[in-house]
Order: sequence, then structure tokens, then C-alpha cells
Amino acid sequence: MKKQLKIVVLAKQVPDTRNVGKDAMTAEGTVNRAALPAIFNPEDLNALEQALYIKDLCEGSTVHILTMGPPRASEIIRDAMFRGADGGYLLTDRKFAGADTLATSYALSRALLKIQPDIIVAGRQAIDGDTAQVGPQVAEKLGLPQVTYAEEIVSIDDKQVVIKRRLEHGTEVVSAPLPMVMTVNASAPECRPQNAKRIMKYKYAMTPSERAAAGDSQYARIAAAKDYLEIFEWSVADVDADDNQLGLLGSPTKVKKIENIVFQAKEAKKLTGCDADINGLMVELIANHTIG
Amino acid sequence: MANFFLDNKDIQYHLNHPLMRKIVELKERGFADKDVYDYAPVDFEDAMDSYRRVLEIAGGVCGDVLAVNAEGVDHEGPKVVNDRVVYAPGTARNLEAITKAGLGGLTLPRKYEGLNFPLVCFVVANEMVARADAGFENIWGLQDCAETLNEFASEEIKQEFLPLVSRGATCAMDLTEPDAGSDLGAVMLKATWSEEQGTWLLNGVKRFITNGDGDVSLVLARSEEGTTDARGLSMFVYDKRSMAVKVRRIENKLGIKGSPTCELVFTNAPAKLVGDRKMGLIKYVMSLMNAARLGIGAQSTGLCEAAYREALKYANEREQFGKPIIQFPAVYEMLTNMKAKLQGARAMLYETTRFVEIYKQYTHISHERSLTPEERAEMKFYTKLADGFTPLLKLFSSEYCNQLAYDAIQIHGGSGYMKDYPIERIYRDARITNIYEGTSQLQVVAAINHVTKGTYLEQIKSYEAGEYSEEFAVQLGKLKAMREAYEQAVARVEAVEVEHKGEGFKDFHARRLVEMAGHIILSYLLIRQGSEVEDYVVSAKAYTKMAEANVQAAATYIANSEFSDLEVFKAVLE
Repeated sequence: MKKQLKIVVLAKQVPDTRNVGKDAMTAEGTVNRAALPAIFNPEDLNALEQALYIKDLCEGSTVHILTMGPPRASEIIRDAMFRGADGGYLLTDRKFAGADTLATSYALSRALLKIQPDIIVAGRQAIDGDTAQVGPQVAEKLGLPQVTYAEEIVSIDDKQVVIKRRLEHGTEVVSAPLPMVMTVNASAPECRPQNAKRIMKYKYAMTPSERAAAGDSQYARIAAAKDYLEIFEWSVADVDADDNQLGLLGSPTKVKKIENIVFQAKEAKKLTGCDADINGLMVELIANHTIG
Repeated sequence: MANFFLDNKDIQYHLNHPLMRKIVELKERGFADKDVYDYAPVDFEDAMDSYRRVLEIAGGVCGDVLAVNAEGVDHEGPKVVNDRVVYAPGTARNLEAITKAGLGGLTLPRKYEGLNFPLVCFVVANEMVARADAGFENIWGLQDCAETLNEFASEEIKQEFLPLVSRGATCAMDLTEPDAGSDLGAVMLKATWSEEQGTWLLNGVKRFITNGDGDVSLVLARSEEGTTDARGLSMFVYDKRSMAVKVRRIENKLGIKGSPTCELVFTNAPAKLVGDRKMGLIKYVMSLMNAARLGIGAQSTGLCEAAYREALKYANEREQFGKPIIQFPAVYEMLTNMKAKLQGARAMLYETTRFVEIYKQYTHISHERSLTPEERAEMKFYTKLADGFTPLLKLFSSEYCNQLAYDAIQIHGGSGYMKDYPIERIYRDARITNIYEGTSQLQVVAAINHVTKGTYLEQIKSYEAGEYSEEFAVQLGKLKAMREAYEQAVARVEAVEVEHKGEGFKDFHARRLVEMAGHIILSYLLIRQGSEVEDYVVSAKAYTKMAEANVQAAATYIANSEFSDLEVFKAVLE
């Protein structure tokens, strides 16, 4: 008998850095979020598909999104609901802002302690930061086993999950006891599309703040009348977090300098296989930041 | 990340037509479903919002999945393996995407797990699918067979089959046989009642069946032994899971290669009777065919869109003599006329769809309660318009998509003749549209009745009485003259016909008369749009110019035509 599992997908709304135009960066070298459309982080969609796949296998399971971000990040929770998720939690509070991976994983882990899921699924990394740290850090903070670079759920029961990992030179199959954390690669199956009936069912799903902003409209009343249209909105107080570990305050990452590097091949060089040439090349590549 | 809904303002314009309010209210019957189904709308705005959102999903699937797979599907095509059809891999992926997006049973009632969308939305989706891959449109669009079941079948059959379609089952309509094509009254596939098995059994052969190995098939069969005409035919529904129909072969076609065209062998295939015996051809196939013709209108419009876009893109990119070829009058004239025909075809598509929609909804409502006298009068009014406009739409849109594909290749020059550009496939795909579901010649046979009965003239006069922007004063004047020329031509043909009853004079000029009416109607539709939205002004003016020249040509031909002309053309019979 398969267990009814409580699954949480860690997701992030990110600027679409895949289609960058000339306005993508500010003069200071930071991402110009206003010029880029906000999207569901691509690998988080792969993660959502794995979560929904588990839900399909284990009838009665639930899938919820957990995201930290500004109020508009509720958009990705609705998007996930259109694709098959049951609902979601939006961690939003000014105190969360400016978080690096450490402060982010701390905030998420506080929320996860409250939710108590059986499986936590995250995308490998987000396209705005490319760190791939948040999933593993969440696992460490919660003291849970983790499987990274997941590509396929081989099997699952109420005790453990067997997962195929995609590594640099091949794959390996591992098992982990529940509860656990997995991070999913882009090589895993694409997420299922939004579904017509689900769009119509969930389109008025709102956070309490959105409902308040919608005023006394008919749609706000619909949203209020149906429990499944509630998107949970949690502040720092709701997850019982320590202010000092949150946001900028809790982020040890300091950006010293941002350099704009343009790769240019100005001339062709011929190298032999001798040690001197190889050493010279390595020194050069490190100096111009190609590696290291 | 192409989206065939969001990138098409013309479609969105038609979705917002003022008659939509009436259509949605008829379809939703006071929004009673809102308390029963969690996805039912609460009011008109809510419904429209849902249509847009779902069509946006459909537009995304069309742009990102179907259009991407179209070339591979065209090259690989379906195969027959062990008497079954195996779709091209791209087709299978298309079906999976469409099913996951929940786009089955678009118009079916919610109690059969459908979306209960108006026909207008189905037509929008249909033309987007056709723009992406016209062959796949056949497979997806055949879900309108379910509408025929919904209209005529028993509750038991509806409950058995309609939810399957809503969940993504594909359909087929098995009409044609080796000796029964345009003349369906000659169908011989035999249906016999088996007391022993308590079911009807079908035996015989069907040919040229689109998606013949579909999950749910409507089959026209001879249930009355000893008969040889239409009155001995009934309609049956067959479930593929019975495995009693074999696919003997599939045709190797010029175009729409992804759509399997099957020859089927029925061997004691169990089937259920739809509606009443003997009404198969007379009533149910006529309904099926009208829906199918509207479907071809959508398919043709989608092909027009695809051809126009390919031509426009190439004309902007290709440079000759130091400038993009779009800057040459020969090319920009062609493109402007193409756009006018595209927008004209679409204007007629949605005008027809709205007429069909309203009368169909009244038909459904009349099964639930008796209609008021006003409602009955309205139903009669729209039924007549739907009957008149459907063949006109099929005729014009299918001819236009062929013309547009032809012109689009011309703009591509030698490159367009190569397999390197999609226009070559679009050209081949378009060629079937004015042949199947009734050739253009047969559409004229259906439409000429409405020339005689005055359906078109009445509607033209009603358009004439409309209010339009002053910008079109010249065009409106010309249209009045065209209407007079049309009336004179009809009168002349009728007069000669009276003298030589049944000797073919009216048939000889039928297409000319029908096309005159069509040109005038299309001009009005575009002028009406141009009076509302600036975007249509150019097409309205360009189309009216074409219409004027065409109407004059036909008028001249008819004015100078004597009964004895027929002898000239009959010489070929020798």
C-alpha cells in the first residue's frame, strides 16, 4: 500500500535571463529585474513534474509549492496549481529581502518545519544565481538525507524512494529513506502543461493580501468562499524565524566587485603539448577569469 | 515560445464580437453549472476570461509543440502495423500535449466532462491547430463527431462515449465507400441485428476514412435489408476497443500526410445505433457534414494564416536588386490581396460560426423546454443563415487557402519549390480543402438554393442597412451597384431557366452567381470591421476592389450568355 505523501516543491520566480536584451544589466552590473519578464525557474518546473509524478503514483498525495519572494511571486504558485499542484505557501516579508543562499535556506527550512513534508523537491539551481546551493542547504538544516541531480524516480513506497541521478559521465541509482530532499536536473522530463479545467478551477486562487487588494469584487468573494483557492502567505513571525539569520542581515555573501568580462579571440595561438605551454595556458585562463 | 493565440489580434477581435454575450448566455443557461462544477463560470465576464486563458494554452501548444513537429510528421507519416494505425512520433507527441492540456471535449457539456465552450472557441482552437499543422487538425478537429452524438444519441450512448472524447479519445466518421463518395446514398456496408449477441453487427468496407483507426467511430451503414437508397441507412457508433475493424491500408497522399486516410474492413463489428433507424444519411450525416464543413472553414483559414505569414516573412527578408522584395509593387500588391482574403475568410468563418452556434443552442434548449414564439422565430432565422453561409464559407475559405499558398510560393520564388521552407508543405496541405467534405462544385450546389431563395440577397440588404464609417462611402456606393448587378444576373439566369427548365442553364452559371453573392458579403463584413477597428481598413478597401472586378466579370459573362452557349461547352462530351 502506497502512502499518501505530503510533497513540497521549492520554487523561485526568476527574471528570464535566457532571453536577455541589451537592457538586461544595470550600469552597476546587477540584473535589471524590471527589464526581464518574471518566470517560473525552469528547473523548478522539472522538480514540479517529479512531484506531480509521485502524486500520480501515490494516490491521495498532495503537492504544494513553497516560494520566497515579493508578493507577485504568487504567480508561480497559481501557475503550478494550473499544472497540477494543490496549493502553495508564499513567504513574503521585507525582512526576507536581500537573502543569499544561506539566509534563503534558513527561511525555507523554518517554513518546512511547520509544513512537515515527506518529500521536498527542488530544482537543481535557479537561472538568476546558478548556485545550486539552496536545496542541499535546506536538507542540511533539516537534517534530512538528500539526493541531488535527480533525473527519474525509479520507485517509491512509504519508506524510501529510489532515484536515478544524472552525473557528469553517466548515471547512478540511489535510494533514500523518507523524509528526504531531492534536487532535479533539467534533463528530467519537462513539466506537464497548464490544464484547461484546472485553469478555470484555480484562476481566482489568491493570497490574503491579493484578496484584500481585490476589494469587494465578485471574484474576491469566490476566492474567499472556497478553501482550495487560498494561497498561504507567511511572514517572518508565521514561521517563527530569527531575524538575525534572515535577509541581508543573515547573508554572509558579500559582493566585492562586479566585472564585465567580454570573451574575445583577438589572435590565434599554436600550443604544443609540452608542460611549459600547458602551464602558460592555465596561468592565462586563470588571469582572464575563464577558469578559477 | 510562439503563441498562436496571443500573436493573432484578428482572432481576438472575433472572440470579442457583441453576439458573444448572447451566445454565452445561451450556452451557459443562466450559469446554473456554477454550483455543480468547480470550473464553471459564474457570469459572462468570467466565462470570457476562461475562454481566453484556455485558448492561450491552446495557442502555446500549437506554437511550441504542433508547429515544431509538423515537418517531421509530414516526412514520416503514419504506418499500418498489424492492421492498426501507428501515428508518426510527432503526431503521438501532439496528442499527448493536447490531452494533458485538457483540450478534449471542448464544446461538450460538463456532465460528460467537457469544457462546455461555445463553438466559436472550438473554431478558434481549430484554426490555430491548422495553422500549426493542417494534417493534425483533422485528427483533433474530428472531436466534433461527439457533437453529433450529443445532439442525437441516447443518454446511455452519450454517457458511454462522450467522457472518452473529453479525456482525449480521437474520433472518425466512416461514411465513404469504394462506390459511394459524393453519392453517399449508395453506401452498402451492412448492419444486421444479432439477437444472440444483443447488438448490431457491421460488415463491409469503408475507404478514404480520415483517422479511421480512431477510438470512437460514427459509421453510416445499411440497416434495412433490400434497400438501395438513402432511406435504408442508419448511423452507428463503434468503439475501437472491440478490435473488429482492421485497417487494410492507408493512402499515400499529396498533403496532410500526418492524417491517416484508411481503408477499413469491418468483420462482425459490434456497434450501437445512434438515434432512429433510417435517419442515418437524411438527418445525422447532414448534421455531421455541416459541422465538418465549418471545420474545413477553420482549417482553411488556419492555412491562409500560415501561408500569409510565410510569404510576408520571406518578402521582408529576401533582397534582390538591393532591396527587400516586399518593396516591389508586384509583391506588395500580392501580399495586400492575400491579407484581405485571409481576413475576409476569417470574417466569414466567425460570422457563420455565430449563426450555427445560436441555432444549435436553441435546438439543445428545445430538448429541455419548449421555446417561446420569439425564440422559435430566431432559431428559424439563424438556421437559414447558417445553412446559407456554411457552403459559402467552405467554398471561399478553401479556394482562398489554395490561392494564398500558391501566391506564397510565388513570393518565395525557386526556394519555395524546395522542401527547405514550410510553404511547400502548406501548399500541398491546402490542396485537399476544396475537395473533401464536399468539393467546391458541391458547395455551389448547396449554395445556389440560397441564391434562388433569396437568403443571400436578404442578408446583403441587411448589411447594406448597417451603419459604417464615412471612410467607406466610395466602397459602399460600389457595393450597392454590385448588389444590383447581382440581382440582374440572378433575374437573367432565372428567366432563361424558366424557358428551359432543368436543362442546366442555372447549374452552368451557379458558381458565378454564388461567388457574386460571396464577394459582396465578404466586402461588407470587412467594411463592418474596418468601421470599428483601423486595422481592417486596408483589407476592406483592397477586398472591395477585388470584389468589384470579380462581380463585374461574372455579371458580364452572365449578361452575354445565351442558352445556346451550353452547346459550346457540351462539345467536350463527344
